[in-house]
Amino acid sequence: MKEFALLFRQPNFADVDKLSAEEFKAIGKKWQDWAGNIAAQGKMAGSGLRLSLNGKVLKAGGVVTDGPFVEIKEMLGSFVVVKADNLDEATTLAHGCPALDSNGSVEIREIVRP
Amino acid sequence: MNAGFIFVTMTDDHNLISDLFRAEFSKMVAVISRLFGLQHIEIAEDIVSETFLIASQNWSEKGAPENPTAWLYKVAKQKTLYHFKRKGIFDKKVIPAISSFVNETQQELDLDFSMKNIKDSQLQMLFAVCNPGIASEAQIGLALRILCGFGIDEIAEAFLSNKETINKRLFRAKEKLRTEKIKMELPSENEMAHRLDNVLHIIYLLFNEGYYSKTSNQTLQKDLCLEAMRLALMLTEFEETNLPKTNALMALMCFHASRFNARQSNEDSAVLYEQQNEELWDAELIEKGLYFLNLSEIGSEISSYHFEARIAYWHCNKKDSHEKWDNILQLYNQLLLVNYSPIVALNRTYALYKANGIEEALIEAEKLKLENNHFYFILLGELYKDIDSEKARSNFEKAYYLAKTDSEKQGIQKKIDTLL
Repeated sequence: MKEFALLFRQPNFADVDKLSAEEFKAIGKKWQDWAGNIAAQGKMAGSGLRLSLNGKVLKAGGVVTDGPFVEIKEMLGSFVVVKADNLDEATTLAHGCPALDSNGSVEIREIVRP
Repeated sequence: MNAGFIFVTMTDDHNLISDLFRAEFSKMVAVISRLFGLQHIEIAEDIVSETFLIASQNWSEKGAPENPTAWLYKVAKQKTLYHFKRKGIFDKKVIPAISSFVNETQQELDLDFSMKNIKDSQLQMLFAVCNPGIASEAQIGLALRILCGFGIDEIAEAFLSNKETINKRLFRAKEKLRTEKIKMELPSENEMAHRLDNVLHIIYLLFNEGYYSKTSNQTLQKDLCLEAMRLALMLTEFEETNLPKTNALMALMCFHASRFNARQSNEDSAVLYEQQNEELWDAELIEKGLYFLNLSEIGSEISSYHFEARIAYWHCNKKDSHEKWDNILQLYNQLLLVNYSPIVALNRTYALYKANGIEEALIEAEKLKLENNHFYFILLGELYKDIDSEKARSNFEKAYYLAKTDSEKQGIQKKIDTLL
């Protein structure tokens, strides 16, 4: 089994603040159920690591911004690491990812260990 | 005095002795082993067994003493002293090892059967027995023998094994105690977290051994569960081991045990719980479970026992609400991320069906591909039951073929018979 990172990109991620508590909970449930589907197949590899919504971006000339969201259309949301035999199987696992519901995308990349 | 009366007193004494054996054997072995060292654990076992033998002879003639426990401790002390004096081996091997004890007690050997020393000794014994250096099945066997006072035949029955196998297993485990030089002491502060995890895991396995037991002896099943709970309760009584995860495990066991009487008729599938009669649920144990669940929420640490305890808590609500199943599903999602197992995956899929509907659950169930697991096909059969009775039938038939015990096969056959 190989390991693959599923990287989620979503537009308008910054709008998350505008969601009502109910909407936020519903989205959270979707994500949890989707991750649970993969975990139920015993194919979730890393579970502990998550990217926080807060961050900074350093650019040429020493310019630091408070977040990647403003200028980038599709923000990198977070990632999970799954176990799969090949890229195709890993891609199948990505189906149903809630990022896709909001016109986002999932990038699937094999993790290469030295 | 007529013969019938004698018979009654004799049976009473016999019950008294077997009850005392279960309660006192582990305490006495722990206290004596603390003195002799674990290398000589058999001597401690022998001394305690002989003590009980004398008790049963003596009490059947003269009647039980007023304070049977004190009587047992006194005889065990005498026997221990006798062993010390008689066997040269002790002068050479044991006395040097325990010289500090002997000095402390002014050259006189004294067994301390105070409540505090009993508890301390039992806790140390728990950590000694639940040592990762010993195979986990042997840890459970040793725990049953040394910590719970189970007889070899009872352990054999619990494992669906024979006495010879169990004796061999226990012998090897005790060899390990010697070769690994395992001592009766609490782990250091650095090691505690890791070692406690192992102890909790063994208690958890012990409980499961009872709860999902291979044996059909229901008294024995219950005893295994109660002993597991007793050991966990002991851990809550010491500051070093009274951690949130200890309380989470305790809560989990209370919630499960609350349904013990309701599920005994025939537990043949992971989803059978719907058919239980909630009037048989033990409200007091649910209360206790809640008490420990609250204690487990202190701090930020979260273990798989926390998720399992919360799931078990929701299952104590018989009312089938969307909120309940959604919570259970989310807890299973989280549990799977920290601790995957096929049975958790199956239970999670059942929760997915109850929370999100049958279509979604079927799609995910088909992906699990647990082709060697009869519970998997029972679940598929249940999910197809109202949609496609042919598929339901073929899945139940696969389950029937894979099921290991007759009672499981009977349960599955009933499901097939109810299909149209």
